[in-house]
Amino acid sequence: MKILTKWLRQYLPTLTVDDATLAEDLTLRGIAVEGVFDLGAGNGSLFEMDITTNRVDAMNHYGVAREAATIYGLPLAPLGFPLPEAKDGAGFPVEIEATDACGRFTARVLRGVTIGPAGAGMLSSQMAGLFRLLEQKQISNAVDASNYAWLAMGQPTHTFDLDKLVGGIVVRRARKGETLKTLDGVERVLDPEDLIVADHVKPLALAGVMGGWESMITQETRNVLVEAAWFDPVAVRRTARRHGLHTDASHRFERGADFNAGPLASALVVSIILESGGEIEGELVDVQVAAQQARTAARQPVLLALKQVQRILGTTLEAEGITAAAVEGILSSLGCGLSADGEGQWQVTLPSWRLDLDREIDLIEEVARVYGYNRFANTLPAFAGAVRHLPHAEADGVLRATLRAAGFHEAISSTFCSAADAGLCAPQPGLVVPLGNPLSEEAGVMRASLVPGMVTMVAGNLNRDVADVRLFELGAVFSGSTEKVEERPALAIGLTGSVGQVGPHQAPRVLDFYDLKGVVEQIVARFQAKSVYFDTFPAEAGITPQWLHPYRSARVVVDGSTVGWLGQLHPRLAAERKMKAPVYMAELYAERLYRQALARPAVRELSRFQPVRRDFSLVLPPAAHWAQLDEVLGQTGIPELIDWRVREVAREGKAVAGLAAGEYSLLLGATFQATDRTLRDEELQAYSAAVLQAVSQVGGRLRA
Amino acid sequence: MGSSDVAANRSLLRWVHKPAGRKTTSIPSRDLSFLLRMMNFDEQTLDASFAALEDEARRAAAWLASPEAVENFRLEWLGRKQGRLKQLGDAWLKTAPLEAKKTLGQRFNALKTLVEGLLEDAAGAGPSNEALAAEALDITLPGTRRLTGAEHPITRTMNELIGIFAGLGYSVGVGPEVETDFYNFESMNFPPGHPARDTQDTLVIAGQERRPLRDRLLLRTHTSPVQMRTMEQMAPPIRIVIPGKVHRNDAADATHSPVFHQVEGLCVDRNITFSDLKGTLDHAMKALFGSAVKTRFFPSFFPFTEPSADVQISCIFCAGKGCRKCKQSGWIELLGCGMVDPAVFAFAAEKQPAYDPKEISGFAFGMGVERIAMMKYGVSDIGQFYQGDVRFLDQFA
Repeated sequence: MKILTKWLRQYLPTLTVDDATLAEDLTLRGIAVEGVFDLGAGNGSLFEMDITTNRVDAMNHYGVAREAATIYGLPLAPLGFPLPEAKDGAGFPVEIEATDACGRFTARVLRGVTIGPAGAGMLSSQMAGLFRLLEQKQISNAVDASNYAWLAMGQPTHTFDLDKLVGGIVVRRARKGETLKTLDGVERVLDPEDLIVADHVKPLALAGVMGGWESMITQETRNVLVEAAWFDPVAVRRTARRHGLHTDASHRFERGADFNAGPLASALVVSIILESGGEIEGELVDVQVAAQQARTAARQPVLLALKQVQRILGTTLEAEGITAAAVEGILSSLGCGLSADGEGQWQVTLPSWRLDLDREIDLIEEVARVYGYNRFANTLPAFAGAVRHLPHAEADGVLRATLRAAGFHEAISSTFCSAADAGLCAPQPGLVVPLGNPLSEEAGVMRASLVPGMVTMVAGNLNRDVADVRLFELGAVFSGSTEKVEERPALAIGLTGSVGQVGPHQAPRVLDFYDLKGVVEQIVARFQAKSVYFDTFPAEAGITPQWLHPYRSARVVVDGSTVGWLGQLHPRLAAERKMKAPVYMAELYAERLYRQALARPAVRELSRFQPVRRDFSLVLPPAAHWAQLDEVLGQTGIPELIDWRVREVAREGKAVAGLAAGEYSLLLGATFQATDRTLRDEELQAYSAAVLQAVSQVGGRLRA
Repeated sequence: MGSSDVAANRSLLRWVHKPAGRKTTSIPSRDLSFLLRMMNFDEQTLDASFAALEDEARRAAAWLASPEAVENFRLEWLGRKQGRLKQLGDAWLKTAPLEAKKTLGQRFNALKTLVEGLLEDAAGAGPSNEALAAEALDITLPGTRRLTGAEHPITRTMNELIGIFAGLGYSVGVGPEVETDFYNFESMNFPPGHPARDTQDTLVIAGQERRPLRDRLLLRTHTSPVQMRTMEQMAPPIRIVIPGKVHRNDAADATHSPVFHQVEGLCVDRNITFSDLKGTLDHAMKALFGSAVKTRFFPSFFPFTEPSADVQISCIFCAGKGCRKCKQSGWIELLGCGMVDPAVFAFAAEKQPAYDPKEISGFAFGMGVERIAMMKYGVSDIGQFYQGDVRFLDQFA
């Protein structure tokens, strides 16, 4: 909102600071001035304000002036609009039926008014000058008067064409089927929850939100009813929301208006209208609901103790600290009434315009705010406790470090995915959790797997012509029902392309399944486990997740528990995303992996004796897998066989001399080493024989 | 005499060393055939002969560029069967007159010592600089880098914050991303009709309409619910920082994302004051942005703190002079904080009576991780954090 310093100074005749200082001081007290614009000589400045929702009382000129008066300890000019003598009349009947939602309704009848451009009286001229500076368009004296009261005091008012009103005013809930054409020209079907101002036959206005078309002021209007009321914040907000409306009036009422401002605002509006002619008929009709008054203007006093102020706020830069005099000065200037209640304690009555104040802590905040936050010292509290670590913090760190060392960047993707992707990737497709108000259809459910996000990120890179991608994401996946949602940590790994050209000295190497498997093995190796194996299932078994290539994928099992899946992304999915290069992807259920303790380095004694390496060129039958060979080699029971590994594998497509159809060759490297002696030739021969014996168990033989 | 003997003789008589990569013409060649014909064993002749041999050995040793050349040199001079010393010994010692044998033997041993010394030097010194020059590299070519992965800037920033607060005694707390209305709103003192609860602002799980308000499931809009979860589990004192992912029903633009991250902090004990809050955050901002950074505090409003404050830091781009980044103000708004509202303690006290607001007090603060990361690393579009764009992430490796 916009504030004119010229207007403020009308209420602060003794204010001497310049506008820039005023802006700075207001901002530091929570009445934030976002911008200061010079309006030229004699016109002061325009402040662009940003005021927090709890300080609706300061969203007008008098409210800001009150803050300035408090900051500088200056007197604030009282508001008053003396009205001419009213001619006799009964006033207009007003009844509050919805006493839960309307606390006060004032109505004043004016007769013989002239609706048109604002007149030349003192108030009207002043208004015209201020509106010009604000660039506030002038519409007619009645509308301008309402706007002026709003800008001056923040109190919404409304002017009805009295001749369109039948019987009297009733503030009530709408009845089913009732309609109202509002000032914006929209014909609205009312909801039985809507709070309305009606006459005895029809709805007139959405209470506190917008007036009605039929009863609006026109150039022909001669007699008016001026309304200044207090409506309940929740009732107004609900009505406004239901009708998709947000008006100055609803803005104020939703945040709590001043219960006592009605008569004064009414007098201001009336004064301006009367400057163009007309007269008042009867006294102000002022209907109040005692229960609403009790919870607003007539709230119980609050007990405030100086020692509580000091306990919460702590050390000030000035040695004197916050004194009783400072507390009294600040709070009374803000409109509170303080009466001593014992040593260093007060009973504090609360201003009707500050519904945000109703506890001791609220008053402490006011003291701190006006005293100035930056006049408090920077202190550090003493602490003797220990820092505790989260159970999985270390495991998280290990996963991240392992993957980064392997050249994978960490990525973060959306928490949501489409229902279709969730169906494809969720470990339990029946437990996908939908959102009630999704951002889009593509983000319709809570992600049940990190795979869809990883696919999107890899595809995004390929679309941007980034061919070499190695990413991982560590994040929560969700499963359950709309009643109860489970969150588990998961890890996704995605890769495609090659280990990029790292320099002119090495050719790029295309990444494949085994690069993915290797990093999964590295991760699993960071946890203690009695057994780790990878297995695979034929497509027809329906066990492998649908996002994986059924014959280039594997399950990872650690100590009997499935901890994840890895493999080539199903070519159908890759094609759907227009990814031409093979993409490899893994998803690990980190929560299951975290059940294993982290592996701790345990050093074995290094042998002083020479190791001996022997290579075996083997021929293996088609069905013999490395895992089987690995297992039988592990069962040889030769402690000196300290390492064995595949050095080369060749599965030829064509016939090869010495190999039967389907057979393949494998170069096995074995290392023998004793901890206590140099191995003798006879021993090595015996070990070699044992290795070949093991090889024969899986149908293999030494290549001739 | 076999053919190898002939070759040995030739090498003995007409020995010319040919170092790799060198033209033979640059090496002085000498006809040493006189040695075999030498029948005069007087001192002068011996001196001259041995000086020539020593000279030759030195020259040859100077060109020993490789281990192979060293080995050849050794074989040439010291070889047990065909080494020149062996052959010289055979030729001279046998033919020398008895009275010359002693002085000849001494000179012979001196020569042997010299050759052995040359050999030792050659083996120890390695190849000569001239020889190494042939192996020169273009060191201006780029090095081969082993690509390592990047820590995500959000993780990096969160870890940095966690580290700063760990130094002040703060443990880490976490909580679920799908929260109940109770933890996200009610226990954080949001009044029943607060606009933040509206589905226009908050993402909700489907099918919650018929459930009691406080049980309704939603995507947490801030990390503050973990304050309550922690206090319910643990009596004061408490010092925690809470990193985490949060969600709001916001349209994405350069500075807004429906998914973002916060780091929340909570400190509760006896006699925790507003000045402690100021000191703690002032310290944290200096640790995060450098000790020259200043902080200032403004009144603000959050339902779960009172008094509440916004914290600005002096602009890290212009050191407070005023620039485009800080809209010429010299200050940048960075986080929200305040003293824990007694109403929040009242909720905690339902499970942990020790949270009596008359006895204890505390402060809480929360900051947007993306905003800090954007400032620290010059990121202009918040969306880049969630795209997994390798070109973006490469810059953090």
